[in-house]
Amino acid sequence: MELQVKHVITWMEKANEKIQSNKEYLTSLDQAIGDGDHGLNMARGFQEVVNKVTESDYTNVSDILKDVSMTLLSKVGGASGPLYGTAFLKMSTAVKGTESVDFPRFRTAVEEAVNGVKQRGKANQGEKTMLDVWEPVAELLQNQEDLEAEELASTARKAMEATKDIEAKKGRAAYLKERSIGHLDPGSVSSYYIFSALAEVLDEGA
Amino acid sequence: MSYVGIVLISHSPKVVEGIKDIIRQMVPDVPVEPAGGTDDDSIGTNVEKIQQAIENAYSEKGVLLFFDLGSAMMNAELAVEMADYDQVKVVKAPLLEGSYVAAVESGMGKTLEEVEKAAQSVLEEME
Repeated sequence: MELQVKHVITWMEKANEKIQSNKEYLTSLDQAIGDGDHGLNMARGFQEVVNKVTESDYTNVSDILKDVSMTLLSKVGGASGPLYGTAFLKMSTAVKGTESVDFPRFRTAVEEAVNGVKQRGKANQGEKTMLDVWEPVAELLQNQEDLEAEELASTARKAMEATKDIEAKKGRAAYLKERSIGHLDPGSVSSYYIFSALAEVLDEGA
Repeated sequence: MSYVGIVLISHSPKVVEGIKDIIRQMVPDVPVEPAGGTDDDSIGTNVEKIQQAIENAYSEKGVLLFFDLGSAMMNAELAVEMADYDQVKVVKAPLLEGSYVAAVESGMGKTLEEVEKAAQSVLEEME
């Protein structure tokens, strides 16, 4: 893989499309075990991200990821703002100094993002949060020489589906304790959209 | 005289305005800055609002931040990391009771550490 500025723009556009068309679905998932704002917050945030990155000029991937981060931080009112904002900020820092991003650098970027989200949310894998998708994706990258689109999408999907059986330990759903079992984690579902959007970009030759 | 400033962070603008009203009955001089709701004042929190509140409440005595739920703490910590000041801290205490006690202590001219300690022990006082 060789992720360039134009690929990141397409990545964000595709992620936004998925989030917009699943806005009500994300909201319904969040109404079941959270405060019901995930669909709206993510739709608003990613629309702003797309507006921002399509109207600006970038010479490297780090700068565009930084704008993604700052937009999410300021426009997403729920916990996803600081969490996704931190994830993209860590990725931006990890790929600083190069125009485009090769696989080893991307692997480091995802690893840094996972560490950042853990620290920001004081959470770990297995607590029914977005980390339950991000961590398996990071692990997949650890064991590979290059990123395969299909494998990325299927790893993220399986990880997302597995959150259904987990009891929430972090986030609003944690207040519901065992009542949170049997529902998908909304943050894991939106994370799946983001990784499957990336898989599509890779498929198209990134 | 300068005081330790207080920043109130809640998902709801009404919550922090209300808490500020309660504090003002007893403490007129201490800077109390509400940072409630998202950038369009709907339910949520916003890091830029919190940064602005820190600016407004800041003196050389420092600022303490109080928060309610979920994203409020994360955005509070982010705002502190992004601030250029040393004496700015997030306090783990109940939003209303903690900030109220903090404002009273701050009004007596106490230091950041003293005010923070008083706010943190507020639950024991309720026993």
